[in-house]
Amino acid sequence: MKVGFFVPCYIDQFYPQVAVATLQLLEKLGCEVCYPLNQTCCGQPMANSGCEKDSIKTAGLFVENFKEFDYIVGPAPSCVGFVREHYDILEQTPDVVHVRTHIFDIAEFLIDILKIKKLDARFPHKVGLHTSCHGQRGMRMAQSSEINGPAFSKQKQLLEMVDGLELIDLDRTDECCGFGGTFSVFEEAVSAKMGRDRVADHERHGAEVITGGDTSCLMHLEGTIRRQNKNIKVIHLVEILNGTTLS
Amino acid sequence: MKNDAQYTNHSGKAAAFVQDEARTDWHDGALWFVRYKRDIQIKKVPEWETMRELASQIKANVLANLDKYLIQFEENALKNGVQVHWAKDAREHNEIVLNILKNKGVKKLVKSKSMLTEECHLNPFLIENGIEVVDTDLGERIVQLRDEAPSHIVLPAIHLKKEDVGATFHKYLGSEEGAKDPKYLTEVARGHLREKFLAADAALTGVNFAVAETGGITVCTNEGNADLGAHLAPVHIASMGMEKLIPRQSDLGLFLRLLARNATGQPITSFSSHFFKPNVGQELHFVIVDNGRSEQLGRADFRKSLYCIRCGACMNTCPVYRRSGGHSYGYTVPGPIGSILSPGVDLKKYSSLPFASTLCGSCSDVCPVKIDIHHQLYKWRQIIAQENELPLSKKISMKVTGFLFSHPSLYRFAGKTARTMLPLMPRFLVYNKLNAWGIHREVPVAPKQSFREWYIEQQKKGANKE
Repeated sequence: MKVGFFVPCYIDQFYPQVAVATLQLLEKLGCEVCYPLNQTCCGQPMANSGCEKDSIKTAGLFVENFKEFDYIVGPAPSCVGFVREHYDILEQTPDVVHVRTHIFDIAEFLIDILKIKKLDARFPHKVGLHTSCHGQRGMRMAQSSEINGPAFSKQKQLLEMVDGLELIDLDRTDECCGFGGTFSVFEEAVSAKMGRDRVADHERHGAEVITGGDTSCLMHLEGTIRRQNKNIKVIHLVEILNGTTLS
Repeated sequence: MKNDAQYTNHSGKAAAFVQDEARTDWHDGALWFVRYKRDIQIKKVPEWETMRELASQIKANVLANLDKYLIQFEENALKNGVQVHWAKDAREHNEIVLNILKNKGVKKLVKSKSMLTEECHLNPFLIENGIEVVDTDLGERIVQLRDEAPSHIVLPAIHLKKEDVGATFHKYLGSEEGAKDPKYLTEVARGHLREKFLAADAALTGVNFAVAETGGITVCTNEGNADLGAHLAPVHIASMGMEKLIPRQSDLGLFLRLLARNATGQPITSFSSHFFKPNVGQELHFVIVDNGRSEQLGRADFRKSLYCIRCGACMNTCPVYRRSGGHSYGYTVPGPIGSILSPGVDLKKYSSLPFASTLCGSCSDVCPVKIDIHHQLYKWRQIIAQENELPLSKKISMKVTGFLFSHPSLYRFAGKTARTMLPLMPRFLVYNKLNAWGIHREVPVAPKQSFREWYIEQQKKGANKE
């Protein structure tokens, strides 16, 4: 199984440890992983701002980089979801269709494709899971609280495999963190307020660590926590699954 | 930047709202509580998701056959002795209403809740023409006294605290100064409104559902104010948007259950009043209004917005609405549903509204008729950009970003430059007015190596070992 490793732009530039953890985890689980060196971004930032047309070349480049792989895996539901849902801006060639139907977020890939049942990781801390909206309501990786249906969460399922980890409950299980791409800048006041509220919910329930699958949400929450000088760590889900420790 | 008053500047108004953080928390909490009550009620109904799907399909059928249902509805209403009027826009609607009132020599009108008449700006028009207009829904009466617009379609005065209501009633109704006991304030309103009901010579109500096969309408209230008005006055006018139709009487139960549970977390509204024919000695008028609905029906991507049954749940659930207040939207219907309806009314004026969202999708999942609200927000954004209605700063930055991301070496160069520069820059250069991110948040700590650089280094190390 040849896996093309997709590393979103902001992870590549600002959170390389998330990509390193993903790569190591996939290799530990026996995947043959290749990182195409010419990748940049999925194109979402422009499209969400109304400029789908400015995304077309970036999306085309993405398909060129990943069309040869059996699976494409990245640690970012939001970006993966964008490729799946919005690459209708490209002509639907076999390559484009292949990429759209074979791209997975790492948590989905571990649960649905590799079907892992256990992990060699220990993280003896109180952890709050921030479920990203695109992962949940876009990719349906977890049941959303608005729906009357059975509860499930692929990310939770993975965290439950981690030894010693205690998942805390939140008052609002799936409230948005307020990042929202360029929303975070153009609607700065509301975005920042949402971030503070999201952090406060975790704090009220004694979280030592906030984790999640989308680094964009985590970047927003981490920026909020650092400004407020709070003693809560922000760590991507995949780092915990890969056996990181709190240093 | 569009600072012109004719444009709605959501982010500016939202920033002003959030400035009072304690009040924002209160507003957020009050609406979240409604969402919480809703969750409890809908989870008591095992077939809830089936009901949503069914209602969505019924609405699809209604819109696909709207012409036939409208004619059927009119025929049946006429048979029942109702007078039916057609209004192509707000102006026609208002004139029709005024003419009915003039013909009957009406001087005093009581109204129950109607977002359509807010949309048509009926009240100021009638007042200019010498009619006394009194909103009888408690929340609407409060905002009417204050000369404000409703900030929510179901909870028109949700932006006000009981202290604010006390002050308003003291000023306009002569209640005790400083009163804030809800029971006392309700009694004050009740006494005041009773006089208005008894003196009115016409009543206007909204319409929640119009049933094609019977020609009857249903009006839902929790205060019984629609009934009081309509049964006491000799003239009853019911104004309805033309999308309010449902085909059969047997469909009504489904919609009433969805509406009440989703809107306020009640199993059913206190009053579901059904009007079929005029009472003896009374006139009953239905005014069916288009006002842009045909145009919206013609927009394939946005047609589903007309499924809306005005439950307001998308407002209660919207994390942005809860923290910016209904008035920040500057449109009759605020929140997520308003943000997909308003651009169809005036794209320029409401061009900021589809961006007043993180696209979290909670609105779509909470919607009782499954409107894909957040997808429509995304689609309006594309149209707004195409029509050149984006702020210049956004337009340029997206062009630059698009260029960067389609040129890998340029992207890497820009990334490396940012990572190298950031740690070297003094704080005032990173955190200033130009950096909206940094007003309330820290920027990420820049690592020395990008992942790509690390990866290449590892590959080289591996190759050397071999």
